[in-house]
Amino acid sequence: MDFDLNEEQRMLKDSVDRLIADKYDFEQRKAYLKGENGYSTDIWSQFAELGLLALPFAEADGGFGGGPVETMIVMESFGRGLVVEPYFATVVLSGGLLRHAASAAQRATFVPMIAGGEKIFAFAHGERLARYNLAHVETKATKDGDGYVLNGEKSLVLNGDSADFLIVSARVSGATRDRSGIGLFLIDAKAPGVTRRGYSNQDATRSAEVSFADVKVEAAHVLGQPGDAIDAIERVTDEAIAALCAEAVGGMAESHRQTVEYLKTRKQFGVTIGSFQALQHRAVEMFVMVEQARSITMYATMMAAEIDARERARAMSAAKVQIGKSVRFVGQQSVQLHGGVGVTYELAVGHYFKRNTMIDMMYGDGDHHLTRLSNMGGLIAA
Amino acid sequence: MDLSFTPEENAFRDEVRTFFKENLPQDIRDKLVSGLHPSKDDLVRWTRILNKKGWAVPHWPVQYGGAGWTPVQQYIFLEEQMLAPSPQMLAFGTSMVGPVIYTFGNEEQKKKYLPAIANLDTWWSQGFSEPGAGSDLAGLKTTARKDGDFYIVNGQKTWTTLGQHGDMIFTLVRTDPAAKKQQGISFLLIDMKTSGITVRPIQTIDGGFEVNEVFFDDVRVPAENLVGEENKGWDYAKFLLGNERVGIARVGASKERIRRLKQLAAEERDGDTPLIENPRFREKLAAIEVELKALEMTQLRVVAAERNREKGKPDPASSILKIKGSEIQQAITELALEVAGPYVAPFRAESEDHGWNEPPAGPEWASPFAPTYFNYRKVSIYGGSNEIQKNIIAKAILGL
Repeated sequence: MDFDLNEEQRMLKDSVDRLIADKYDFEQRKAYLKGENGYSTDIWSQFAELGLLALPFAEADGGFGGGPVETMIVMESFGRGLVVEPYFATVVLSGGLLRHAASAAQRATFVPMIAGGEKIFAFAHGERLARYNLAHVETKATKDGDGYVLNGEKSLVLNGDSADFLIVSARVSGATRDRSGIGLFLIDAKAPGVTRRGYSNQDATRSAEVSFADVKVEAAHVLGQPGDAIDAIERVTDEAIAALCAEAVGGMAESHRQTVEYLKTRKQFGVTIGSFQALQHRAVEMFVMVEQARSITMYATMMAAEIDARERARAMSAAKVQIGKSVRFVGQQSVQLHGGVGVTYELAVGHYFKRNTMIDMMYGDGDHHLTRLSNMGGLIAA
Repeated sequence: MDLSFTPEENAFRDEVRTFFKENLPQDIRDKLVSGLHPSKDDLVRWTRILNKKGWAVPHWPVQYGGAGWTPVQQYIFLEEQMLAPSPQMLAFGTSMVGPVIYTFGNEEQKKKYLPAIANLDTWWSQGFSEPGAGSDLAGLKTTARKDGDFYIVNGQKTWTTLGQHGDMIFTLVRTDPAAKKQQGISFLLIDMKTSGITVRPIQTIDGGFEVNEVFFDDVRVPAENLVGEENKGWDYAKFLLGNERVGIARVGASKERIRRLKQLAAEERDGDTPLIENPRFREKLAAIEVELKALEMTQLRVVAAERNREKGKPDPASSILKIKGSEIQQAITELALEVAGPYVAPFRAESEDHGWNEPPAGPEWASPFAPTYFNYRKVSIYGGSNEIQKNIIAKAILGL
């Protein structure tokens, strides 16, 4: 048992932390948000230069062979910086699908595009009535010669507006929520029949509603065996949950740090407000919430590589429950302890609050996962 | 970063688990599973079995009888001990006064006291708190006046857990009334059979007798019973309280209780439906399990950081262990009430203390649940209340 980072991981952490510290303060970020697609292509290139975009891919595929710990390091730092570049959509989600579902030939084609920072990928999976059910896929894929034709609507496609490629889940057989019968199809986002309507989210990230009308997919761009995609989708979602937990921890820790700093400087009644025990204890309760979130994130990170899907699912649900609880408390109290200024747009704590609230609501909020975990019998065997 | 245990650590866990399975007397185990307290005799029996194996004080330095284990091994041992479940060693000797004696005591004291602690030949009690000195421990008033080769001790200690069995009591006493609060305090070992000592039990809300008041009326204590230097007692007390953190989260004990509640909730029925099928109950249980998993990881982080930490300096993060550990233990006792349902009501004094021949009203296992719930309010109060822990974190970690 060892909680220390190894030499390479420490170097990775140092370089990402430095990039975020130098290039991603709250003011600089405001400029990035004005970029063409709501983020900075310059920062994206710097991610590529640092090797962050190649991180989780196998060395054979042109990556660095990083695992969940490396992703945790990057995402935690991104959480501190409130990074809006499409790392999660491109590297974690789409990259994950390429790693777990694509053939060697497909990886040889597409991984270098991601690793080099040339192309943005998005995962078009969610649908209007899916809520948090990963098997809810109505979008149809119909056989068409060697390939397929896609028809349907996808919703809340993260970075779907600026993506060059979309990985689309679509049903080749079965009813809407059947676990079997789902396939993954990689298409050019500008292919005929694709319509995208992009919009901004609460946390300054961007998504799109995407519709498909007779969109052709060539055989070479079908990922894995059509019909069997649910396992890969669940696996990638679990990796994504662990990554988001790390991002939330980075954001919470920074929000807490800024709040404690404020308690030390803000004066009322002739003293710093941090001298009041009620506020000290609140700050400590926030600290406990951050550390408990950090602990469960380490657990989720370790379990993200677990092959047994049920054990992995238990761990991710546990993590989401704790993260949900922690982000709400830390976010709300960061605002509360800042007083009036906490609810202003110009202060960073409100933006951490918003981003982390969105993370809580992704892939199932805390209550959803509490129910799921309890239905799986909890964590401790009777 | 690798959160799995090494093959050696797993082999060690197997060894410990097997030893407990083969050597922990069944009657003691049954008592603990039922949520009853081990008796003095139970604890003495079990301590001597462990001591024979060399495991009664594994965390001590090897020359005083320690096992020479790594922090991770110690953690595994503690966890297995709680999971067995087996009684934990009497902390007043093994975790409190023992380390103070081998760290600050003289050779004679080490020889005289340490082996007797390891074998539980001497039952130690703690004499720190006073009616007027709780969280503000340094406000203590019990005095020790030097008189030739003796100290004359006068005053009152309280919350002395299991003091009714006590052979010796380690105390904080004021030896310099003129000095500032923390500076005039000494660490004195007192034989509880000395004349002038009165032990009076305090009944707790659950109806039990766990804690006591101890009165000192012109008690003559040999000066050789002073540990370390006169008026340096506060330093030793701080050291002792820092040591107390190991295992304070009681993660293993909470795991064992959850396991037990799950078994009972699968048996106990509401009409035809087992309680475990009530979704609301199940979710509350799962919510505690999540908190416990997070706490377990936090504890492992503290254990793993041990080797990078300055010796003797407690990790302030361990205050988290106290806060969350006590909250979780209390939450489990609340959930236990729900498992018993209306059968929390019948009062039954602990059978080993009072004898009980009547058949129970309702399930026998339910009888300790309400008393434990009431009694466990103590865990967020003792060892530095959770509010004090928050003060510590605010100051030491957040710099407020």
